[in-house]
Amino acid sequence: MNHSTETCMRELSVDKITEAVKRLCIEAACDLPEDVEKLIREAVDKEESKFGKYSLEKIVKNVELSRNENAPMCQDTGIVVVFAEVGQDLRLVGGSLTDAINEGVRQGYEEGYLRKSVVEDPVLNRKNTGDNTPAVIYTELVPGNEIKLQILPKGAGSENMGALKMLKPAEGLEGVKNFIIQAVTQAGGNPCPPVIVGVGIGGTMDKSTLLAKKALARHAGEPHANPEYQALEEELLEEINKLGIGPQGFGGKVTALAVHIETYPTHIATMPVAVCLNCHAARHKEVTL
Amino acid sequence: MSHVKKIVTPLTEEQVKGLQAGDQVSISGVIYTARDAAHKLLTEAIQTGEELPVDFKGQIIYYAGPTPAKPGQVIGSCGPTTSGRMDAYSPTMMAQGLKGMIGKGPRSKEVVESMKENNVVYFAAIGGAAALIADSVKEAEVVAFDELGPEAIRRLVVEDYPCIVAIDAQGNNLYELGVEQYKVTD
Ligand code: SF4
Repeated sequence: MNHSTETCMRELSVDKITEAVKRLCIEAACDLPEDVEKLIREAVDKEESKFGKYSLEKIVKNVELSRNENAPMCQDTGIVVVFAEVGQDLRLVGGSLTDAINEGVRQGYEEGYLRKSVVEDPVLNRKNTGDNTPAVIYTELVPGNEIKLQILPKGAGSENMGALKMLKPAEGLEGVKNFIIQAVTQAGGNPCPPVIVGVGIGGTMDKSTLLAKKALARHAGEPHANPEYQALEEELLEEINKLGIGPQGFGGKVTALAVHIETYPTHIATMPVAVCLNCHAARHKEVTL
Repeated sequence: MSHVKKIVTPLTEEQVKGLQAGDQVSISGVIYTARDAAHKLLTEAIQTGEELPVDFKGQIIYYAGPTPAKPGQVIGSCGPTTSGRMDAYSPTMMAQGLKGMIGKGPRSKEVVESMKENNVVYFAAIGGAAALIADSVKEAEVVAFDELGPEAIRRLVVEDYPCIVAIDAQGNNLYELGVEQYKVTD
């Protein structure tokens, strides 16, 4: 074990987690993060199409209005995706982590007047659960004695346009690029462009989709740490913006605000690629407790 | 922005014919919200010959499910949802006399064909600009399927609801025309 990562054991009441989740759900719905807003404002200047520019101007106005009035920027306040990085030296007391997160969602969606959009069963009984629970929760054990919570309320318009393909290694970089471009093309105006394109490459089928979703939790527009992947992100962004889809699909120069790629080692015989799209209402908030 | 065409509901055949893809419009009057679950129930009722809770002749359906209203508000945030999910149901609704649809995103070939046959127009609102859009809603009342929560059918009275004619009754399609214009092939 690496001693430098060891920390003292610490206790945290799960009530604190409920409180934080509740607050972040409301904040996420009503207050678009500055990183995303900055990219949208830049897009207004870049966009040349009449309806594209019109849409972006309305979107900017809506961001301001929702923040000032503490109103949800979009009526689809999403299903809540939570990434919890739990320090292995943290002892959670007073209840289960899952219950605490769901309680935070329940309170946040009620007190924040957010829309409850979760149904009990995906096929046989699509009955609304009435409180937007359960959240989709991913926990990861990490060194340390803190917990980091990332909250992504995810709208269905963009989520429905996600795609996965198990590529053959022989398809190479070209195959990866083509599949990503194809996914964005097929999504067209449906995911409320301009979008943020989350890409997960490698691992297994499930790992790649998780990476694609995690890519959306990244600070919008922040490049990949590896210069080669950074170059690929830039190239893909440029190619996507040549598709002409434009804001809302009305035609234009800005179809995507950013491309975020995440990768993981994979099996000798496989090359999974997953694309997870986020709309311009790219809500994400985080806190470390 | 340039000239805005003002529309008052219900829509007449003439009004629909006069609208062209790319027209900017503002709608005033009554419109009805309905989305996935409500469309499923409506089309099932039509198939079994039951009476519908709303007469859709000349009316506009708005694909939307708002957030709950805060005390003192008429409605919460209320933007459009993806119209493509209603494609399977829309031809049946048009056969009932529906004249307009408001949503976001492209429509299927079948829907566009049915729009041409029935003289129907499809308007696009800005997806995600839901707080802004709520400003133009002056009255809101659940008129059917209350149990569906956000998916219930609501009768809205709107004033200068802003949108764009995305597909007109002749089949001209902004989603195709606009993208064609800005596509860069090198
Ligand atoms: S795709 Fe995003 S912006 Fe569009 S309606 Fe859904 S949640 Fe809202």
